[in-house]
Amino acid sequence: MNPEQVSCKKLWESLSDYIDGELSEELCRKLEEHMAGCEHCRVVVDTTNKVIYLCHSDAQETEMPADVRGRLFETLHIEDYLKPKSP
Amino acid sequence: MIESTSDDFSLDALRAGDKTEFARFVDAYSTRVYRLALKMLADPQEAEDVLQTSFLKAFQHIREFEGRSSLSTWLYRIAANEALMLLRRRRPELSLDEEPDEDQAPRPRQFADWGALPERELLSGEAKRQLDLAIQKLPEKLRIVFLLRDIEDLSIKETAEALNLTETAVKTRLLRARLNLREALSGYFAERLSDV
Repeated sequence: MNPEQVSCKKLWESLSDYIDGELSEELCRKLEEHMAGCEHCRVVVDTTNKVIYLCHSDAQETEMPADVRGRLFETLHIEDYLKPKSP
Repeated sequence: MIESTSDDFSLDALRAGDKTEFARFVDAYSTRVYRLALKMLADPQEAEDVLQTSFLKAFQHIREFEGRSSLSTWLYRIAANEALMLLRRRRPELSLDEEPDEDQAPRPRQFADWGALPERELLSGEAKRQLDLAIQKLPEKLRIVFLLRDIEDLSIKETAEALNLTETAVKTRLLRARLNLREALSGYFAERLSDV
């Protein structure tokens, strides 16, 4: 392997930083060059991004039930400030 | 003490026990704390216990908050500690520090290209159940990092502050969490490819 090229292992180890935009331009370029010629690594990056997106989207739908909120305000003795949650 | 405001709340008012300001603070963050606890514990009753205890402790200790982190990061630290302590009580025979600590990121073995599956497959009821199961299967010290960073959108720095870890440790655990989740979910979604 050309010492300038990155290995699959290097890509996996850098995956998080790549997804989060924390890598140098040069390393990004090398990783993207690698992905252009390595289908497995391209899929790993793409599906990792997708997993993060799906988990995040699903979690944002989690709501705190109204009765849980009510009990919380009572426990904290701020039930007088309990306003209806807007939809 | 520095700063009289943090995250758009008046620290002076909170420290003075102002209930209006405290109620506003609770309203702003209670859903997030509940969501973190629920994803961490997978038990609505325990999540509610963590929710209540976290805000009780926040109210009790607000005068000790020095403003070195944001108020929200401070609250997440309290909630994360409460959730982790509850998990420790569930399994007292196993310390969280004794979980296997592999420094190597897991090697990917699933290469099915399921990323282009339609949204209806990716966010179906069953898919959401699989997402939850996969998160639950993460070792607890990876799960908490993933939840704070990728679900609650804390930065690496804020996650490190909330968990009293170095940023390097957060990045290592986050990478392992993300790769573990990808591996687990790729197995499920790969089977959906043949259904489409």
